[in-house]
Amino acid sequence: MSWTEVGPLADIPNKGSRVLETPDGDVAVFRTAGDEVFALFDRCPHKHGPLSQGIVYDKRVACPLHNWVIDMESGEATGPDEGCTRTFDTKVEDGVVFISL
Amino acid sequence: MKEKLVLIGNGMAGVRTLEELLKLAPEKYDITVFGEEPYGNYNRIMLSPVLAGEKTIDEIMINDMQWYEDNNITLHAGKKITKIDRVNRQVLADDGTVEEYDRLLLATGSRPFMLPVPGADLPGVISFRDIKDVDEMLSTSKTHKKAVVIGGGLLGLEAANGLMLQGMDVTVVHISGVLMNQQLDETASDLMLEELKGKGLNFLMNHATESISGDGRVEKLHFKDGSDIDADLVVMAVGIRPNVELADSAGIHCDRGIVVDDTMQTFDPTIYSVGECVQHRNQTFGLVAPLFEQAKVCANHLAKMGIARYISSVTSTKLKVTGIDLFSAGDFNGDEETEDLVFKDAARHVYKKLVIKNDRLIGVVLYGDTVDGTWYFQLMRDATDVSDIRENMLFGQHHLGDSGHGAANSTDNLPDDAEICGCNGVCKGDITKAIAEHSLFTLDEVKAHTKASASCGSCTGLVEQILASSLGTDFNDTPSKKAMCGCTDLSHDEVKNAIKAQDLKNIPQLMEALEWKNADGCHSCRPALNYYMLSSWPNEYVDDPQSRFINERVHANIQKDGTYSVVPRIWGGVTNPGELRAIADISEKYDVPTVKITGGQRIDLLGVKKDDLPKMWADLSDAGFVSGHAYGKSLRTVKTCVGSEWCRFGTQDSTGLGIKLEKMTWGSWTPHKFKIAVSGCPRNCAEATIKDIGVVCVDSGYELHVGGNGGIKVRATDFLCKVATEEEAMEYTAAYMQLYREEGHYLERTAPWIERVGLNHVQALVVDDAENRKRLAERFYKSQENSQNDPWAEHAAKYKENYIPIKQVS
Repeated sequence: MSWTEVGPLADIPNKGSRVLETPDGDVAVFRTAGDEVFALFDRCPHKHGPLSQGIVYDKRVACPLHNWVIDMESGEATGPDEGCTRTFDTKVEDGVVFISL
Repeated sequence: MKEKLVLIGNGMAGVRTLEELLKLAPEKYDITVFGEEPYGNYNRIMLSPVLAGEKTIDEIMINDMQWYEDNNITLHAGKKITKIDRVNRQVLADDGTVEEYDRLLLATGSRPFMLPVPGADLPGVISFRDIKDVDEMLSTSKTHKKAVVIGGGLLGLEAANGLMLQGMDVTVVHISGVLMNQQLDETASDLMLEELKGKGLNFLMNHATESISGDGRVEKLHFKDGSDIDADLVVMAVGIRPNVELADSAGIHCDRGIVVDDTMQTFDPTIYSVGECVQHRNQTFGLVAPLFEQAKVCANHLAKMGIARYISSVTSTKLKVTGIDLFSAGDFNGDEETEDLVFKDAARHVYKKLVIKNDRLIGVVLYGDTVDGTWYFQLMRDATDVSDIRENMLFGQHHLGDSGHGAANSTDNLPDDAEICGCNGVCKGDITKAIAEHSLFTLDEVKAHTKASASCGSCTGLVEQILASSLGTDFNDTPSKKAMCGCTDLSHDEVKNAIKAQDLKNIPQLMEALEWKNADGCHSCRPALNYYMLSSWPNEYVDDPQSRFINERVHANIQKDGTYSVVPRIWGGVTNPGELRAIADISEKYDVPTVKITGGQRIDLLGVKKDDLPKMWADLSDAGFVSGHAYGKSLRTVKTCVGSEWCRFGTQDSTGLGIKLEKMTWGSWTPHKFKIAVSGCPRNCAEATIKDIGVVCVDSGYELHVGGNGGIKVRATDFLCKVATEEEAMEYTAAYMQLYREEGHYLERTAPWIERVGLNHVQALVVDDAENRKRLAERFYKSQENSQNDPWAEHAAKYKENYIPIKQVS
């Protein structure tokens, strides 16, 4: 598994996210209240809303367009909604976030 | 080792409790269920459609055997528990099965009350309670002709209707003169009687049964007045009695039912009870909605979260009996101190009665047309002062001056492909299918599964109607108290009061003090809490951007493709060539694809990329513009007409006043968006009468109109008062806006707020009480001191990194 450096954890707001631009499209890198880091393809499975702009709580993010709630661990839509967005492995070492693209 | 939970009673209340428990703590218990009937859990409410031949048993199963297997629940179907051994914590079944428990849940339900008359034990005399009864009715209907149903309540009428549809000649015997006397008054009962007679049912009202006779099988029913009637089948539906014998024999305190406290605990702390077998605060239960609320509370305690309390309060009943819509709530009979509003149209089979006491609605009966049931119930629950709407309220909510969503009033006659939810394109058939397939009971469940009424909400009434007719006889739609969201059982008002009462200064502190179920809340409560903090502690609370919806976090409106729109503030809608030139230049510089004039007389620059926002704002700022807050739950725009400066009809300087009002109110956060308009004469070109507050200038001064909006449900304003000077118009506006900021629920616009609290209330605090008006206005000015900093300039200077990617990788 090859790791790409994203940047300092401190640059991602707590209960927020920053966008990582890649040649295959934007990746949303999230930081939870407990400083866990998750990464999702920045497209909601519903109408492709940018998940990076949603409200983060627990290990979930609510899409800003129509409030679909995506589980950041699995990338799956929660509740009766059905759909999935791609997830990426992440790790934090010495306060720096890495992602496996 | 896991603790053992044993459930006695495999019915709707008990199994619902298990479902709620599995949601909260799926791994906590080894669960064992005992049920007397040899089936999984079925929807008892739907036995009537089975009897009527509209549904089969398979279609009314809620949890089939597979469900128990999937959830690792051991089901003993067909086994009756005969003894609870509390000392050794064991239950014993009639076949010798012994099961130990750490926690025991009693959901033994109720049984039909059988009249203790001679002959009641003859073959052919049955009740209407379970699948066995339905089977017997169906088989009897094939071989016999005459059926008598004792009891003119909900269940009796359903049984009578079903037997009639199976081809029997049916007579309903009722002890009083009023059918369904728990739900209906005399007039509604008379209408119902007439309609049911028209369908072919026979009635013997005011008849008391004395005995039943027959040779080896029921043949005759004898009444106290000496008369009698032939009968091949007698169905007793005269009420239910909680099943307490098992609990009682184990020494658990029982009265009419098994006595439980607010946590659904019995007098033995290891034993809980829910459903029709319980007695809570001296009340017993027969409808499904309270049982589900109990299930939720009980599951919370079984999961050892320990925060829920069951509070039974005023409930409404929305019923569909043999195809007739009924709604009743509260004290619908009234007394000497009440006044009745009555509407009756016998030809259309419509009857409405509202009971009013001290200007408050305290009871409702609706027959035939129940569209407005939910609205009336809300007026009751909120104890709204109805004196202003009294003239028209009998005709329904859509007669109160708003034209509403132009949808049908009744869903029954609509075809399956009729569109119910225009926002999400959901048809009637989609909803009925989802209700059947997923066993949905509540509006929230239908919303989650179909998205119907999940966007603008204007079709909520229609969805509720479909739910009511699909669920059949027992649908209770309106919770007695509406929780803020799934994270808490508290309502908006309770949360707001707690902020002040407990001196809660930030969101984490609030969530801890009020025992929020999810540690950091959800996308629904966090923005609300952030607003309540801001409005409760102005100039003190530090705004939490992560608890704001994206539009307010980045001060621009997100569009469907993830780009944003930028709307600079143009005071009162008055601009000049220099400003327009600057906007034109900036639009070209950033390749803005669409430039549009908004409904509020501003200019909308659409399709801006997020990382361009701070740069564009810096340029707009240099040209003298500030944010237009077109994205916020805040003052949007003050729309004006040209007024006395140019217009030959203008009576006052409406543009000038509009600009002053906008300079006073911009930057203020409100529960929902807030729009103002000023018209220079009663021709009202600025459309001030559909704004949150509108000023209509007249020759002698300024009329102030409040609580209007366009949008989903158009609502024209109510007239607040007339003032003589511009200064007064401004002070009243500030005071009114502050009252709304302090009292409104988050995402509640002024129109529903005023309908909730009543115009009188607003007039009393803003118009009649000059001292209070001054205090409100003072609080408004005070909180504005720190909120009129342009967020665009601030973000362009300080927070640019929020708008750009953290990194680009190639």
